[in-house]
Amino acid sequence: MEALWHALFAPGFFTSQPVRQAVLVGGVVPIVAGAVGVFTVLRGQSFAGHSLSALGTLGGSGAFLLGITPLWGILTCGFAVAGVMELAGTQRRRGRDVATGLVLSTALGVSALLLYLVTMSGSTTGVTVTLLFGSLFALSGITVPAMTLLALVCLAVLALLYRPLLLSSVSPELAAARGVRVRWLGLAFLLLLALAAALCSVAVGTILSTALLIGPAATALRLTRRPARAMVLAGLVGVVSTWIGVVLAYDSYLWPPAGKGWPVSFFVVAVILLCYLLAGFAPAARRGSGRAGPTGRAGEQPSSGPREPLTPARLR
Amino acid sequence: MFADAGMFANYMLNAWEVATIVAVVAPLVGFYVVLRGSSFVAHAVPEAAFAGAAGASLLGLNTLFGLGIFALGASLGIGAFGRRGRHDVVTALAMVLMLGMGSLFLSWSSEYAPEIYSLLFGEVLGVSSNEIGITAVLGAISLAALALLHRPLLLTSLMPEVAEARGVRGHRVEMAFLAVVALATTAAVPVVGALLMFSLMVGPPAAARCLVKNPLGTTALSVAIALAVVWGAIAASYQTDWPIGFFVTGFAFAAYVVAQLGRRLGTVRRRFVRAGAGANPAVTAGGVA
Repeated sequence: MEALWHALFAPGFFTSQPVRQAVLVGGVVPIVAGAVGVFTVLRGQSFAGHSLSALGTLGGSGAFLLGITPLWGILTCGFAVAGVMELAGTQRRRGRDVATGLVLSTALGVSALLLYLVTMSGSTTGVTVTLLFGSLFALSGITVPAMTLLALVCLAVLALLYRPLLLSSVSPELAAARGVRVRWLGLAFLLLLALAAALCSVAVGTILSTALLIGPAATALRLTRRPARAMVLAGLVGVVSTWIGVVLAYDSYLWPPAGKGWPVSFFVVAVILLCYLLAGFAPAARRGSGRAGPTGRAGEQPSSGPREPLTPARLR
Repeated sequence: MFADAGMFANYMLNAWEVATIVAVVAPLVGFYVVLRGSSFVAHAVPEAAFAGAAGASLLGLNTLFGLGIFALGASLGIGAFGRRGRHDVVTALAMVLMLGMGSLFLSWSSEYAPEIYSLLFGEVLGVSSNEIGITAVLGAISLAALALLHRPLLLTSLMPEVAEARGVRGHRVEMAFLAVVALATTAAVPVVGALLMFSLMVGPPAAARCLVKNPLGTTALSVAIALAVVWGAIAASYQTDWPIGFFVTGFAFAAYVVAQLGRRLGTVRRRFVRAGAGANPAVTAGGVA
């Protein structure tokens, strides 16, 4: 028993300060990510979610250049870009993906420049990797309370907007007919998404944060069709996967090949994807995703994939 | 401003050649990406390919192998799993899986930070003539495949019902197209970088479509824009010593914004002219008042 315990949790796991922080953050961030993520998946905005989190690269590299905490840089930048996306016409489905992608790449191009300048100024060398792939073990102490506070704010706003947001996600026309201001709601949601994405970016790195945002939510939506239940489930899946990731990463210091530990973000992503794949075998999923099931249709937003019919009018 | 002859020195020639090849291939593939609305896939495949490059350098292989295998694996995986519904979720998850593996490979390898940086954000200097050959071959294959696929691609994108009635298999066409995207990615990522490939692929065609309506004109214009963007970026990067990816994305975005403005201006003018032809006195009176 003792041996098994030690094999599971390598010595020093419970006394290490970085681990305690990682567990704390891993218990907060995925809950927000799960709740926001369910809406992201329902609204078919995975690409926007990915963009907002990848855009953290810009804010983060800017923060490194100025010498402030990355969280604030990422957050400011996320809000600004959410606004730009809204202006650049991302609310219309037609040109949405193109506009989103171009804003994203341009921001990444600017961060390429900033990272170059950071490296030139010579203070730190591994900034690129730290920023993009992150590490839960390397959070600064100031960030954790701030992250918790932001998470609470995000959840509160989401709870306030819950009903209109759900309605406008499932059927924008119906929501508009009922007097919901769909456009403002869309902007509000983008801002929430930016907030959640920023939290995820700090936790697992800017380009892997999509996993935390989309993965648990997609898993939960495979298991249940009820939005509220899916949110709770997504939060749960996220927290558990993050904690498993932390444990494995801590253990991996004893593993080959290098003896310097595997990246914690890798484990988190891997566990989340495993959950997603396993959820595909669950009986509820098979019932729910049957294409004829009338109950299953409510949550299914038509994907913007290639099978969506394009009428000539949409092409311009 | 760009009169400096140094940028056409011998060691820069390879850069010009490889960038030109990429600037011809990428927007031609991108034209169909925009047409089919598969932007997210076009963004995800290069990022997935990055993991392959990291893995190849870990095993001591040529990075092009890793890029090719991972790009192909990612795009075919997305095509296979995203067959029913939820294309975007599958794309996102496939991408983060590959990126996660990339970060694992990076942590194992002793790669220097600048090399990782250049894979992510592009590098044109230090391209060998051998690599130009490979890029050219890959580019030629993807162009040939596009020429073969041209009609079924247009048909399934614009009129899916007609395509189905004619017996064109939509899913097979989609898979073939994704393979072409993977090939073009393999050719272009070493130059413009995994994170910035999207700009060159989608920016020029998106800009060209705002200005020209017919497919042939759009493709021609988008190649022209891409060439201008890439050549300008090399020149600017040479002059300033800043990373080329910054200039590629910046110029591509500028082209898109200018084209959008141009289109808006065009519609406003047309409306004005039409209104002027119909009810001239009213408009002038309104203008004066």
